Amino acid sequence: MSGFGKKNRMNEFEKLETKIEGFDLISYGGLPKGRTTLISGTAGSAKTIFASQFLAEGILKADEPGVFVTFEESPAEICKNMMGFDWDIRSWEENGKWAFVDATPSPEIETVYTENYDLGALLARIEYAIKKVNAKRVSIDSIGNIFTMLPESSNVRNELHRLSIAIKNMGVTAIMTAERTDEYGAIARYSVEEFVADNVIILRNVLEDEKRRRTIEILKFRGTFHQKGEFPFTVTPGKGIIIIPLSAMELKQKSSNIRISSGNKKLDDMCGGGFFRDSIVLVSGATGTGKTLTVTQFMAQGALSGNERSLLFAFEESREQLFRNATGWGIDFESLEDQGKIMVVCEYPESAGLEDHLIEMKRIIAEYKPTRIAVDSLSALERVSTLKSYREFVIGLTGFIKQKETVGLFTSTTPSLLGGTSITETHISTITDSIILLRYVEAYGEMRRGLTVLKMRGSMHDKEIREFSIDGEGMHIGKPFRNISGILSGNPTFVVQNELENLGNLFKNDDDINKIIPESERENI
Amino acid sequence: MTVENKFVFKLYITGHTHTSERAIENLRRICKKEFDGNYHIVIIDVLECPQMAENEKILATPTLIKEVPPPCRRIIGDLSDEKQLLSKLNLSSPKSKEEV
Repeated sequence: MSGFGKKNRMNEFEKLETKIEGFDLISYGGLPKGRTTLISGTAGSAKTIFASQFLAEGILKADEPGVFVTFEESPAEICKNMMGFDWDIRSWEENGKWAFVDATPSPEIETVYTENYDLGALLARIEYAIKKVNAKRVSIDSIGNIFTMLPESSNVRNELHRLSIAIKNMGVTAIMTAERTDEYGAIARYSVEEFVADNVIILRNVLEDEKRRRTIEILKFRGTFHQKGEFPFTVTPGKGIIIIPLSAMELKQKSSNIRISSGNKKLDDMCGGGFFRDSIVLVSGATGTGKTLTVTQFMAQGALSGNERSLLFAFEESREQLFRNATGWGIDFESLEDQGKIMVVCEYPESAGLEDHLIEMKRIIAEYKPTRIAVDSLSALERVSTLKSYREFVIGLTGFIKQKETVGLFTSTTPSLLGGTSITETHISTITDSIILLRYVEAYGEMRRGLTVLKMRGSMHDKEIREFSIDGEGMHIGKPFRNISGILSGNPTFVVQNELENLGNLFKNDDDINKIIPESERENI
Repeated sequence: MTVENKFVFKLYITGHTHTSERAIENLRRICKKEFDGNYHIVIIDVLECPQMAENEKILATPTLIKEVPPPCRRIIGDLSDEKQLLSKLNLSSPKSKEEV
C-alpha cells in the first residue's frame, strides 16, 4: 500500500499506468499519480466507459482496487452495461476489489434543500469505500450532476472545491468526468474544470461527413509531459476503449534483403527479383485492370512456396466471387484454405468504422500470423470515413504490418478509367516501398493494358511501361509500349511519322528484353 | 397514543461541527414544542457510521429523514426555518391545527 497523502505528493512527476490500451503511450506513462484528472466530453463520448475501464484495468492488470462514485447511472445499470466488455463488476464487489458509492438521486423520496449544509456525508462515504477495498483508483461519474441535484447557489461551488481537495488528500489517483455541450468549446459545463484544473482530458465524438469519429485529447497535465493533439479511439465489445496512438508509433522496422515472388515471374523481374520480405506494395489501377488477379497470384504463390501463410482482406468482393475468380485462373482457394495456407476475410467496408476495422484486422493478423497480407482494395475503405481517419487508418495498418515483418500488398482503385490517381495513392505513396501501376491504354481504337513499376525502394527496377494481357492462366506481361507517351496521365499521344512506321514500331524490338524476360518465357508474349 | 402514531426522526450529521450542533438543537426544540413527547430522534454521525449513510444514500449533511408516519420526507440543511420545516415535512402539529 502506498499510503494516503504525503508520500504521493512528494513524487510530483510519478504516473500511474492506467493499462487502458494506447492511453499510457499517449500520456507517457499514465495519469498523474495521486492526482485528479478531469475527463470531459459531450453526451455519448464514452465518459462512463472510460471511468469504468480505469477501475476495471486496475483490477485486472495491476491488482489495484477501485471505488466508483456514480451520480448518473445506478450501480445496477453500470454493472449491466459493463458486462458487454466482460467486466464482472458484481464479482469484483463480492471479492472486495470494487466498491460503489451510489450518489444517484432518488426521485421517489421527496427531498427539500434548505440553508446551511455541506457534502460531508458524501466525502465520508467515499473515504469509507476507499478504506474498505484499499482503493488506489477512484472514478467519479459525473461531477456536473451535483449541480442539477443541489439547488443553484454559490454553496455548491465551495462544496465541490472541498470535495476535490479532500480526494487529493486521500492519496488516490482519481478521474472525474464532466459533461460539455460543444465538441469544440468550453471545457465543461458549469466550469467544473476550476476545481480539478491540474489535468484535463477531452473525449470527442465528432460527426464529420455523416460519420462518427471518436478522439481523445490530453489538454493538460500540470508539471508533466504528454503527447499533444487528438488520437482516434474506438469502443470494442469485450475490450472497451482502445486508443490508436498513431504519431506515437516509431519507425523502427527492420529492413530485409530477402526477396519473395509476387506470383508472376515477369513482374518479379521487373521489380528486380521480387518483392522484399518486409515491404508494402501498392497496386493501383482502374476497375478491371487486374488488381484482384495480382492479389490472387500473390496469395497462391505464398501457398505454393511451402511454409508461407497468406491472409487476404477483401472489401470489394464476396468469398464466392473471389473463389470463383481464382478458379478461373486455375487456383483452388478452397483447398488452400482447408490446408491452412491461406485465409480469406471478406467484410463490407460499411460494416464498421475504420478504427474498428483496424482493430479487427490487427487481431486477425496477430492470430493467424501470416507471412503475406493482401488488402483488396484499400481504397474501398475511403468511402466509410473522413479523409483524416482514412490516413490514420492507412498509417496504423502499414505500421503494424511492417512491425510484423510481413509483406503487404494493397490495391487501390483509381476513380477514372484512364490515368488518374486516388486518395489512397496520395496518402499511402510515401509509406509504400513499391508502387505498381496498372493502366488502360487506348491505342488505335483498342483498349490495352499497361503495367509499370513506378517505385521500388532499395532496388533497381524496370522503368518501362509494358503491355500485359489476362487469360485463363493469369497475367502475361509483354513488351514495352513504344511511340506512345502520356499513358500515365491518361492522354496517350502517338509520336509517329506515318501509319506504316507506326505499326512496325508499336512494340520495341530491343535486346534489352533479354535481361528482363528470360528466353524460356518469351514465346508466351 | 399508540406506537404507530409516534414520529420518528433520523438526523444524519458529519462530526460535531457548528452546523451539526445547530441542526440537533433546532430539531429538539421543534419536536418538544410541536409533538409533545410523542416523538423519537435518532442522531447518526456519518463519520462513525458511513455504511448507514451509504445505505440511505445520504449526500449532504445535516439530513433529516422522516419515515414514520409516511410519506417519507427528507430535509437538508440546519433546520433553522421552523415553519418551512413543518410544511415541508407535510406535518401539521396538533397545536397549530387548534390555532386555526
